[in-house]
Amino acid sequence: MKSLVVKVKRFDGSRTWWQEYKVEVPSEKISVLDVLVKIKEEQDPTLAVRYSCRMAICGSCGMVINGVPRLACQTLLSELGDSRIVVEPLWNHKVVKDLVVDLEPDFEKVRAVKPYIIRDVKEIYESDKEFGQKPEELERYYNFAYCIQCGLCMAACPILGSNDKFLGPMALNAAYRWSADSRDKGWEERKKLIDTEDGVWPCHLAYTCSAVCPRGVDPGYAIQLLKAAILRRRKP
Amino acid sequence: MEVLKYDLIIVGSGIAGLRAATAAAWASGGRISIAILSKIQAMRSHSLSAEGGMSAVLYPDKTGDSLELHAYDTVKGSDFLADQDAVQILVEYAPKEVRYLERIGVPWSREPDGRISQRPFGGMSIPRTTFAADKTGFFIMSTLFSETRRFDNIHVYHEHFVTKFIIEDGEFKGVTAYDLKRGEFKFFYGKAGIIATGGAGRLYRFTTTAHSTTGETLGYALRAGLAIKDMEFVQWHPTALVPSGILVSEAARGEGGYLINKEGERFMKRYAPQRMELAPRDIVSRAILTECMEGRGFQHESGMCYVGLDLRHLGEERINRRIPFIRELAHKYAGIDVLSEPIPVRPAVHYTMGGIHTDTWGRVLTADGKWVRGLWAAGEAASVNIHGANRLGSNSLSECSVWGRLTGEQAAKYVLETSRLPSPDGKLLDVAKGEESRVFDRLLHKEQNAPSPYEVKKQLNDIMEEHFGPFRHGSSMAEGLAKLKKLREFSSFRVVDSSRVYNQNLKDALEVDGMLDLAMVVGIGAYARSESRGAHYRLDYPKRDDVNWLKHTVAYMYGGELKLVYTPVTITKWQPEERRY
Ligand SMILES: Cc1cc2nc3c(=O)[nH]c(=O)nc-3n(C[C@H](O)[C@H](O)[C@H](O)COP(=O)(O)OP(=O)(O)OC[C@H]3O[C@@H](n4cnc5c(N)ncnc54)[C@H](O)[C@@H]3O)c2cc1C
Repeated sequence: MKSLVVKVKRFDGSRTWWQEYKVEVPSEKISVLDVLVKIKEEQDPTLAVRYSCRMAICGSCGMVINGVPRLACQTLLSELGDSRIVVEPLWNHKVVKDLVVDLEPDFEKVRAVKPYIIRDVKEIYESDKEFGQKPEELERYYNFAYCIQCGLCMAACPILGSNDKFLGPMALNAAYRWSADSRDKGWEERKKLIDTEDGVWPCHLAYTCSAVCPRGVDPGYAIQLLKAAILRRRKP
Repeated sequence: MEVLKYDLIIVGSGIAGLRAATAAAWASGGRISIAILSKIQAMRSHSLSAEGGMSAVLYPDKTGDSLELHAYDTVKGSDFLADQDAVQILVEYAPKEVRYLERIGVPWSREPDGRISQRPFGGMSIPRTTFAADKTGFFIMSTLFSETRRFDNIHVYHEHFVTKFIIEDGEFKGVTAYDLKRGEFKFFYGKAGIIATGGAGRLYRFTTTAHSTTGETLGYALRAGLAIKDMEFVQWHPTALVPSGILVSEAARGEGGYLINKEGERFMKRYAPQRMELAPRDIVSRAILTECMEGRGFQHESGMCYVGLDLRHLGEERINRRIPFIRELAHKYAGIDVLSEPIPVRPAVHYTMGGIHTDTWGRVLTADGKWVRGLWAAGEAASVNIHGANRLGSNSLSECSVWGRLTGEQAAKYVLETSRLPSPDGKLLDVAKGEESRVFDRLLHKEQNAPSPYEVKKQLNDIMEEHFGPFRHGSSMAEGLAKLKKLREFSSFRVVDSSRVYNQNLKDALEVDGMLDLAMVVGIGAYARSESRGAHYRLDYPKRDDVNWLKHTVAYMYGGELKLVYTPVTITKWQPEERRY
């Protein structure tokens, strides 16, 4: 057994405070999420943490761990190499309770860039054909399709800290993913939405979004590709 | 309490629920209002954990595959308990659904000529599992969720925990839900409903399923007078990572991975000489456990026995291209590099073959076979019965998409054909208010002497693992049932958190409350079924018994007690035969 001290930033709707928990764990090969669930079930059921798949694909458990936005289920104690863990809710988001933040504004931004195939909808719903795609066409957007909408990039973005209207890396990555898909014909429509004051232009290439992405998506690069496409007047 | 009126209320936002939504939105030409409720954020539903793929006969001319063969494989895999008319619908619609998903943007893995790739899967006689690397579920889910954004008449309610289905005079009226984020209780009043709440893997401790796959809604369904079918058939997936239970997809074996025991032997040759590692899941799972019981397994520090899943011979390039997620998971959660070591695996609970009793088209039926007007069920929560006693891998994503679509279309049509929804009457409002006070006044009230939901869930998991596992025995199940009954006597839980906003402690209590009823259904169904079929294996009745048991178990609640009736299996083409692989 190994002893840990876990310091959690709490919020109950009106008050914010730091709370420390002492936890015994059997091995270092367990995740921060496992530790938080253990605290909830054995010590303090009032602690609120969002989680589900526990295998780094659903995107529920984003939080700031020892100063870095990360997924709790993807962060093993052995990687932190510390017996003191500090967790706080994602930055740049309104806190609902404890480690749970409101991501719905992020989702609305993604919706705003029309994250779906734009072409004749009737053809999509009433034909039975394949639009088709060559492996090399797939490659063009594939890595950007890995986004799990966990919000870590939004938490890490320095621009969003001062301008919450900025569409931000999550939505702009979606704009790139859909525009670069060979099946899509919606570039001109999306361009109108992102070639704007709060679209691609506020980004000043800090690349912190890409640095924290738990799925290896590179939203910073997506934004640069979008800017290039706008300037060259060419579909991504 | 807020009352929200919708034409169609979809509970659950996995592949089944989301597909139902897009189908209904399109079929109604945008003329009906649709609400999707999900107890977690909608795009995070468990479907996205699916790794391996989705079955469909795509290019019969090129591959020699046929709908007939897909249907036969499915029926045989089910140990002849599948309804053959339903299977027919599955195989006919699955290719249409794969192509629909293609058109909305799923990044299917491709062949050089642009065709969609397919890989072999257990129990399928031809490679017909369509995939997007080994993140198929994730890609389908995220694309479908994106697609719902196209429609202005689809309204998504994230983190709305449904606590009750309201059914009156044989007709669906709506649901009540706890909005976690706002800390409010709401009554969703509607003309039609689709239940797409997924499976119940978390009845067990060692499972591949997400924390949210708890299945309480099936317990609530019983209380609302609905019936649950074939719940004793619980699927164990042979290869879950030790010690976490995280899935190592069947794609690993589909791509050529071997299973080896402590002696380095490919032991599947003793259990399924022809199909080896690609035999159906029930067979491979029992084979692994038998190796363990006979002392040929490895021992993990956690005390678990396991075998090795060997991918070393596949080569780095193929692994990175076709199963990169497996490499990542094995590295992260087991500290294994698949290029140099076998992955430690053992069977874990994975899928619930049973679910809400429906007909072939997904219409929800009562135990006596009447349609509950306005109500459908789809996906893992439903039992339209294509999986029978054992589901073949990759048939579930097809099922979710196919019946999502079919129920969505039917519900849209029903809504358009029925007259306008009047305001809810006083009686209905009282029912909803009664539910609000059960949740907020009774459960939120601190019961000092009641047990914590976590203690109860732990005991529940222990009972299920010990008494209703992959090898069952009458005397052990009788003991298990007695323990379950005792556990179910707790009528309330100790909820320590007294806040309304995001009270997870309360939500956890609500889950356990529904799970206890569902566990009883698994228990009594399994105890009654004195034969072995598919995933239900009894040491005291090791043979399949078609004379007495070629029938579905239907459970329902009467006066607070669970009862069973049986309905026949629909056989159209294939008479039961011995299952050999
Ligand atoms: C790890 C893993 C891998 C798999 N891989 C494959 C595969 O490769 N191929 C295949 O065919 N099958 C696979 N399966 C099976 C398949 O993924 C599932 O059967 C399928 O995704 C179920 O989808 P669903 O839409 O029915 O429900 P889910 O995706 O489970 O969604 C359930 C929904 O119901 C909601 N819900 C539940 N309870 C409530 C409530 N009380 N109130 C409100 N909302 C509620 C949830 O929030 C969620 O939105 C896999 C399963 C697992 C566990």
